Amino acid sequence: MKVPYSWMAEYCDPGLDPEDLAEKMAMTGTEVERVLRTGPEDTTNFVIGLVTGAEPHPDADRLSVCRVDTGDGVRTIVCGAPNVAAGQTVVAALPGARMPDGTRIREAELRGVASEGMICSESELGLGAESDGILVLEDGIAVPGSPAADAVGLDEVVLELEVTPNRTDCFSIYGVAREAHAITGADLGSPPWADGEIDRGGAAAGVISVTVEDPDLCPRFTARAFTGVKVGPSPGWLRSRLAAAGQRAINNVVDITNYVMLLTGQPLHAFDLDLVPGGALSVRPATQGERVTTLDGVERELDDGMLLVCDRDGPAAIAGVMGGTAAEVSDETTSVLLEAATWNGPDILKTSRELNLRSEASARFEKQLHPALAGRAQVVASQLLVELCGATAVDGMVDVAAELPDPEPIRLRAGRVERILGMEIDRDDQVESLVRLGFAVEADGEDLLVTVPPDRYFDVTREIDLVEEVGRIHDLDRLLPATLPAGSGRVGGLSRQQSLQRRAEDSLREAGLDEIVGWSFTDPGENPKLRLAVPDPRALPVSLSNPLSEDQSVMRTILLGSLLGAAQRNLSRGADRVALFESGRVYLPAAGVGPGPLGGAFPGIRRPPANEPHHLAALVCGPLDPPSWADSSPPDDFFALKGVLERLGSGLGMNVQVGPGDQPFLHPGRSGLVLVDDREIGWIGEVHPAVASQWDLGSCLAFEIALADLLAASPLGRETYSDFTPFPHVDRDLAVVVGERLSAAEISAAVDSAGGDLLVDTKIFDVYRGEGIGADEKSVALRLRFRAPDRTLDDAQVDPVLADVLAALESLGGRLRG
Amino acid sequence: MIERIEEIEVEAVADVGAADSTAALEEARVRYLGRKGELTSILRGIAEIEPSRLGAVGAAANHTRKTIEALIDERLEALEAAELEASLVEDRIDVTLPGSPARAVGHLHPITRTRRLIEDVMIGLGYQVMEGPEIEHDFYNFTALNHPEDHPARMLQDTFYVDVSGPVEVEGEGPRDVLLRTHTSPMQVRAMEAEPPPIFMIVPGKTYRRDSDATHSPMFHQVEGLAVGEGITLADLKGTLLAMLREIFGPDRQIRMRPHFFPFTEPSVEFDVSCFRCDGTGNLPDGARCGLCKGIGWIELGGAGMVDPNVFGFVSESGYDPDSVTGFAFGFGIERIAMLRHGVGDLRLFFDNDVRLLEQFS
Ligand SMILES: [Zn+2]
Repeated sequence: MKVPYSWMAEYCDPGLDPEDLAEKMAMTGTEVERVLRTGPEDTTNFVIGLVTGAEPHPDADRLSVCRVDTGDGVRTIVCGAPNVAAGQTVVAALPGARMPDGTRIREAELRGVASEGMICSESELGLGAESDGILVLEDGIAVPGSPAADAVGLDEVVLELEVTPNRTDCFSIYGVAREAHAITGADLGSPPWADGEIDRGGAAAGVISVTVEDPDLCPRFTARAFTGVKVGPSPGWLRSRLAAAGQRAINNVVDITNYVMLLTGQPLHAFDLDLVPGGALSVRPATQGERVTTLDGVERELDDGMLLVCDRDGPAAIAGVMGGTAAEVSDETTSVLLEAATWNGPDILKTSRELNLRSEASARFEKQLHPALAGRAQVVASQLLVELCGATAVDGMVDVAAELPDPEPIRLRAGRVERILGMEIDRDDQVESLVRLGFAVEADGEDLLVTVPPDRYFDVTREIDLVEEVGRIHDLDRLLPATLPAGSGRVGGLSRQQSLQRRAEDSLREAGLDEIVGWSFTDPGENPKLRLAVPDPRALPVSLSNPLSEDQSVMRTILLGSLLGAAQRNLSRGADRVALFESGRVYLPAAGVGPGPLGGAFPGIRRPPANEPHHLAALVCGPLDPPSWADSSPPDDFFALKGVLERLGSGLGMNVQVGPGDQPFLHPGRSGLVLVDDREIGWIGEVHPAVASQWDLGSCLAFEIALADLLAASPLGRETYSDFTPFPHVDRDLAVVVGERLSAAEISAAVDSAGGDLLVDTKIFDVYRGEGIGADEKSVALRLRFRAPDRTLDDAQVDPVLADVLAALESLGGRLRG
Repeated sequence: MIERIEEIEVEAVADVGAADSTAALEEARVRYLGRKGELTSILRGIAEIEPSRLGAVGAAANHTRKTIEALIDERLEALEAAELEASLVEDRIDVTLPGSPARAVGHLHPITRTRRLIEDVMIGLGYQVMEGPEIEHDFYNFTALNHPEDHPARMLQDTFYVDVSGPVEVEGEGPRDVLLRTHTSPMQVRAMEAEPPPIFMIVPGKTYRRDSDATHSPMFHQVEGLAVGEGITLADLKGTLLAMLREIFGPDRQIRMRPHFFPFTEPSVEFDVSCFRCDGTGNLPDGARCGLCKGIGWIELGGAGMVDPNVFGFVSESGYDPDSVTGFAFGFGIERIAMLRHGVGDLRLFFDNDVRLLEQFS
């Protein structure tokens, strides 16, 4: 909302610098985006001129040689505007004047004729868009030579407000003036509609008829008739106010409707009454596919239910959004039907969104206006039509309105303001603030009974809204103390799982991985690229109805895709290697709804629509350890990443195991499932070359685990001490030749179960293939540690156990390596 | 003979002292104490020629032998130490080569670091950290937060809606029921449904809006704060935000609250922190306009307010009666804090995950 300062000041002049007022408004709830100044920065040398003669230039077709009385004498000014004519009152820029675009006016010769200044157009003065001709002022507006600034508001200051959607009142000049009054205490003039009330019915009812099908969608429709209207350009003062407020001048009738809208907040629409057959209007919903050409010249196809104002021949306007061309006011118009109506806000919003057509009118209507505003607008507009267009108002007004209930006063309880704000405000101060804002206040014991004016009817409906009004006017920013909530004994903290999550993330960071934050949404093509297929639940992502783009249209079901994408981008930008991890959610169908992201279900009565487990995933492309002078090719094999995973587990106090099992996107020979206490919590492996190549990647390794499952198994913080034995252990090494396919896990399991109580640890410390070992065989070296809690072991006790272990290995096809 | 023995001792002392290596010393040892050494010969000769003088000469010879032995041992120790030093000096490495053993530590994403910082500050003020679903019901995201049915935020232009008609099972009651939460505020209602007052919690997490440019990302992170109990006021909100902002931006920071409008708080405010670059003056020491706050002296951070009684109305069964409890809520963007603290200019950089950015944050 652009508020020309001088226009507002006509009703309330706070006597402040515009910047200071802007600051005060910002601190009371209305952001001032900018303070603009229209016109030249320095208005000296801009004066009122009277054109006393205009002759064609002898040597140039388009130029006129004008004689202009500028008070200090009559000057010759060469002018290029087609509309210049003798008798016009104009703005002359004299030599020395600096135009808004920075040009300095000088005496100059134009095609052999000396010119002593310039006759200005609106756009040259920085007042508006009109550049086709010079700005012609009303005759006699001021004497020649007087400062133009005084007559046309050359140095207008404009406050550009960012009005919050609840404050429909501040979409009007008078509303902003009242706000300025409330904030500063400066006097407020009476409203422009104060001196008139128009009776319902009267002669107007004989000229106009209105029917409204659904009063819910049109709570009030008022219409007046005017005859003897002379359509023409608006006077300069009106044009410059509209220009300063950002409205283009069209003709006096249309300009008046815009002017009144800006002043009162109520949009109006003028029809050429002679083009409305029988003066009959009806308000009805459009039928599907109905067409109307709006004032912007666009033919629009309407949807079923969009509200129209129609005459007998069809649509004359899209209600509350934009008029049609059918009964448009033109230069030939002599009688006018002036509409001021109230529409259903949400309905207007919907129509304007669906048509992608937003107007000054719809922007106001969509926030819901009070029906009282329509009557006010009719009063102000009628006066102006009579004054500026020579119109005669037909007596009375057609007014189709549902009866409004009297507003119920709101009770503001004593002490309530202090209770909410934490700061005491005198009751008298409370009353004063509310009264300045236009509320009617009455004392009721200690309480206040407050009646809300129509301008704030939909905004202020409850006691708490009054508390806000009182608070914001009361210099909240400066006076409000800064305290902390009372009530000790609150203990803040992370839950156990949140702390463990941090530890898990830190573990990966310390293992050399960089954390990324990937997009939650992805391309529907990503899952096929990962070779995920139904019935794998990860192949069916949750999808968005209205994505911004196709490549962000489904929710990710796996973190791997985000990591592969980040790796691809980094490597293509010249990184030698990447080691990345992500700690974030994936999104799975509701059928899988289980625990929340960290194992605890989300609070709340309604179940979350989908399942959002938090995953932890890592991807390494290239060696995990960067090459150094000492080691130019550190290992980048599976076991380097498995080491990271094991370290993650041990940091949480547990053993993470990897068992057989594959994933469609992993190398079938180099992948496995991640297990904790024999429970599957994720996967690890080399990314399948066919998958990696989709992201232009070579060999890379990854794992992904469900964080809740990992953390749930952690004993961290719950460990209990168990006595350790003072007796020494005995280590025995064993090399067995086994089949190539026998896994380390199977060997360890067999050894452990055969080893009994005395065997406390089994480690594989070497795997050998080659000379002396069969083609399909490998030699596995084991170190077994034996210990008894109550005695020192000797060979006699260890040997039989070792024999059992050997026997177990033999049963798996193994033999002692000779 | 005894004179000779004394001479030998003098010679030996000189020779041992002159030995400059363990090898030379060994030579001297052999010369004086060896089987063929003069001292040994003297002892042996005496035994053959003059047995009667054996006692005196022997005693002298033995004494000399012990003296020489001690001397040699002492010398040997010194020489060995010197030779070790010398050999270590020879066995040198280039200590200026880069170290290699420990793997370089990785980096946490700046959003994670900033989120943890905020969490830690609020934990210190007595808050719990909670999380909520990102795929959410309209009810929690809008309805229970007092957004009217036709609120513009509910439009398809602004909010991502989830397709509930597809093959994927999503729990929703209609085409506009399930959405990607547009703020972390839905957890206000979920938390109050689940627990009676008092509640002091923050909710960090991902949020989504249909917007994409240098200052808007369709996915971003917010932190929600909620404090509800008896006697909580707007002044408490101011004090809480001030304490938090001072922890994040420095002890000299000030807070400014500008009245605003949000559907789920009343009164509502936007809050700003005084600029930490220009100390709230809007100008840098050299007189130039401060670019961080654009010369205003204040940096806009987020929205806040007193929980609207209508929101309590949705959780009245859990013990929230607006006549007996009051509360405040606030929300702000994690990226915004991270951008300000670390001078990152473009929001989109956070989701590009370029390691050249990530590696700047340890
Ligand atoms: Zn600054």
